[in-house]
Amino acid sequence: MTTTRPTSEESSPRSDSTIAIVAPGYRRSRGGRGRGRGFGGDSRKHPPTSFAGIALRTPYWVGTAALALLFLYPLIWTAISSVSPLAGTNQVDGWGFGNYVTLANYQAGIWVYLFNSTFVSLLTVLLTLVVSLLGGYAFARFRFPGKDLLFLSTLAILMVPYTTLLIPLYVLLNAVGLSNSLVGVALVLTMFQLPFSMFMMRISFEAVPRELDEAAMVDGCSSWRVLWRVLVPAVKPGLITVGLFAFLAAWNDFMAPLILISDTNRMTLPLAISNLRGQVQGVVDYGATEAGVVVLALPCILLFLILQRHYVRGFMSGAFKG
Amino acid sequence: MTATLPANAPAAASTPKRRHPGRRNAITGWLFALPTALFVLFLFALPLLLVLQMSGSDWPLLGGNQGWNFPENYQDAVSNRFFWASVWFTLKYTVLTTVILLVLSLGLALLVQESTRWKGLLRTSFLVPSALGLASASLLFYVLYSPIAGPFAELMKAWGFTFLGTPDGALWSTIFLIVWRYAGFYMLLMLVGLQGIPDDVYEAARIDGASRWQTFRSVTLPLLRPTLALTVVLCVTGSLLAFEQFYILTKGGPDNSTITIVQLIYSVAFQGQNDLGVAGALSVIVLLALIVINVAQIRAFNRKAED
Repeated sequence: MTTTRPTSEESSPRSDSTIAIVAPGYRRSRGGRGRGRGFGGDSRKHPPTSFAGIALRTPYWVGTAALALLFLYPLIWTAISSVSPLAGTNQVDGWGFGNYVTLANYQAGIWVYLFNSTFVSLLTVLLTLVVSLLGGYAFARFRFPGKDLLFLSTLAILMVPYTTLLIPLYVLLNAVGLSNSLVGVALVLTMFQLPFSMFMMRISFEAVPRELDEAAMVDGCSSWRVLWRVLVPAVKPGLITVGLFAFLAAWNDFMAPLILISDTNRMTLPLAISNLRGQVQGVVDYGATEAGVVVLALPCILLFLILQRHYVRGFMSGAFKG
Repeated sequence: MTATLPANAPAAASTPKRRHPGRRNAITGWLFALPTALFVLFLFALPLLLVLQMSGSDWPLLGGNQGWNFPENYQDAVSNRFFWASVWFTLKYTVLTTVILLVLSLGLALLVQESTRWKGLLRTSFLVPSALGLASASLLFYVLYSPIAGPFAELMKAWGFTFLGTPDGALWSTIFLIVWRYAGFYMLLMLVGLQGIPDDVYEAARIDGASRWQTFRSVTLPLLRPTLALTVVLCVTGSLLAFEQFYILTKGGPDNSTITIVQLIYSVAFQGQNDLGVAGALSVIVLLALIVINVAQIRAFNRKAED
């Protein structure tokens, strides 16, 4: 059994093109020629060595750099101004972390909100991974009555507006004693993650050759052991993608907590920071809001930069090819 | 579940057939699919039925179900004083956002599709905003557009304009926020589509002497249609259901000019009116409209494919 265990790279047929997208330095082996067409041409084939070449390409460099800056500027500006002085905030003169102090002492304290958000996000990730791992295995490897109906119903979640479900869910969760509950929010968020994660896990399992688990079955493994010992290592890239998307969605979700949570001690971070703006009789503490945005955005941006390859693979795997 | 499948295993090994028939297998399959089924049943199917019932019932937020109120809820929903204004505003916002995002993301994808180090950097910078949540991005722009704390505060004072003060200003400011947040995401979808177009087709077009613009119009665009269809459907659906950006950035103002249909549902249900029955009716209307619009879009794209 152990000899047939595949490495994660072998099991992802599209890793090559994914690398080409996320790791620009990587060159495809096929002829060594990437996509040298379209705007700008292929700078590798015609390096602008001459003075005229550099002069011709300067507008291109300046233009694209300005475009990139347009996308990065709001983020950089917020990070800088959250520690710079501004009248009407806790950071009136000089640079410092006064705004973060305001944020830390807001109502129940930022640690409570950070804990709530972390709890909801991790529980959502855990539930999404467990449900989509088992479900993806069932859809990819078994035949059972109602299979297609169940799969289509899972995908149908995408078609239904958020609010259309959240209003009855508010009533239902109240009825079963999960009103104002972070667990309730995590359950709802997991449900909204299911269409993407189930699709992703199903195609991840289907990309693994069947001979692998059949061989393990012959060796006398139960389907449960086959899943854990043979298949989980093979679908690990899919699991990372699903987990990343579930985390980003849960950490950033605004509407589900807005409708399902009314107790200020149970609020998640986005909700708390949104409420913080109107704290003092219509006077908005912009500094504390900036600090809040930084706290909200930083984990997402770091996670995105670290796992960028997996983020992109989620799309490359064909999940969004219509 | 813990039992092995002794009857099936030898059969599977001796024949090249790739499926395991048998009732035992079906039961195991159902056990693995059970968590999914529970989630779909209790958190999707049941709420969907409940919202149908709510839309036909007198159902105050705190009072619970007060009995049948069938056509009245729908009449109240349609005759709400903001109903047609919000429908019109949502449609306008959707068309503008979809057109701008589609053109821009395709442009960005064409700009960065080659694999060079510089273009990889560009790609990453376009993609970073899409890691942010919509709520965080809206809060960020709320400060950025502010006449007190924003970087344009001095300019706004000197030239006497505001971003969110006029209906048109609020709409375009929100569209800019959405484009900033989503352009990278849709660029990624476009890149996936562009990668699916084989190199030989371009080679053939080049040999035939097609200009760059001709190649783009007669090769890239038609072959990109599945991706374009997907992007349009995603973008239209997302924009029709816009909520956070307006809830945080404009709060429906100025003068209630930027109320979207989902915001209307939220305020009917939880702010003031507290009427879940009418909110349910509005939700059902939105659900039906969304299904009709998406089916129409998919049909339109399929019909074009047949031409």
